[in-house]
Amino acid sequence: MNQSDFVTIVMPFKDKVFRLAKRLLVSKDEAEDATQEILMKLWHNKKKIGDYKNVEAFSMTMTKNFCLDRLKSKQAQNLKIVHSNYTDNQASLQSQVETKDSIDWVTKIMEDLPEQQKIIVQLRDIEAYDFSEIAKILDMNETAVRVNLSRARKTIREKLTHTHQHGIK
Amino acid sequence: MVLNNIEELIEKYNNAETTLQEEAELKAYFLSDAVAPHLEHYKPMFQYFSKSKKEVYNKPISLNSNNTRKTKIYQWFSVAAIVLLMLGIFIPNWNNHPKTLADYTAEEQELYLETKQALKLISKNLNTGLVGMNALDMAGDNLNTGLEKANYISVFGTTTNKLLKN
Repeated sequence: MNQSDFVTIVMPFKDKVFRLAKRLLVSKDEAEDATQEILMKLWHNKKKIGDYKNVEAFSMTMTKNFCLDRLKSKQAQNLKIVHSNYTDNQASLQSQVETKDSIDWVTKIMEDLPEQQKIIVQLRDIEAYDFSEIAKILDMNETAVRVNLSRARKTIREKLTHTHQHGIK
Repeated sequence: MVLNNIEELIEKYNNAETTLQEEAELKAYFLSDAVAPHLEHYKPMFQYFSKSKKEVYNKPISLNSNNTRKTKIYQWFSVAAIVLLMLGIFIPNWNNHPKTLADYTAEEQELYLETKQALKLISKNLNTGLVGMNALDMAGDNLNTGLEKANYISVFGTTTNKLLKN
């Protein structure tokens, strides 16, 4: 396998790896480093890549484990919390500020979720994975995934409703 | 889209029972402008989800990353440095039989002998000089003894002075 073959394999899901890493590590730089690391690991094991049934699911599992390790390690103690700049070219500044604000709220709420739920929401609501795939990636059964997802969604909803109404009344 | 339908979907969504298709429907609904007021608070959530999906990894994928290769090269540098150091320490000890005069060329031998002679001459002169110095040493000794005697005289002088006063 040469480099271009590898890149074509990796291309479809490198963004997903990056987003999952960013979800867990928060900082963009950290997430970029993590993605690079994951890709390097895949590249070094390129001979075995044919043996994996689902390279994407495998890399997602790798990403998850790698990021959780990073969070546990001491290196992550001086992790910067940097929000990404949401660039949107919407018309009025008012609405721009408003959406940015409420979206920031969701970001904050997401950050407060437990790691497991974060990952599940990320995989399901953002990356739109099947339950069976998520179960495989996280090495859980589907019911557990559903329960966790339901909990996470309800938490997000409750907090959002709260802030939303608070903003109005 | 029928509102009832959406509310049903939301309920299912919160219980994590929706299929991917239904979720896509929900997303489409909440990203549109026609969101019912009592469901408005779901909007940022779906907006956030679709926004986050747009984030991409822009950095180029560098596979034979220079980092690892460079560190490998530096590791070999240190190995080479150590080998050189060891050679520097051990090579001089390998030919440990000292060179004799016969090992040099005739010219070098001659030079050696000449310098030897010259050095001998210098040392001879030094020795004669030393003898002279010995004489000086003796003179110094005599002076010291003379000084001691002079001390006696001075002591004697003070006692005579005392006597005279009395």
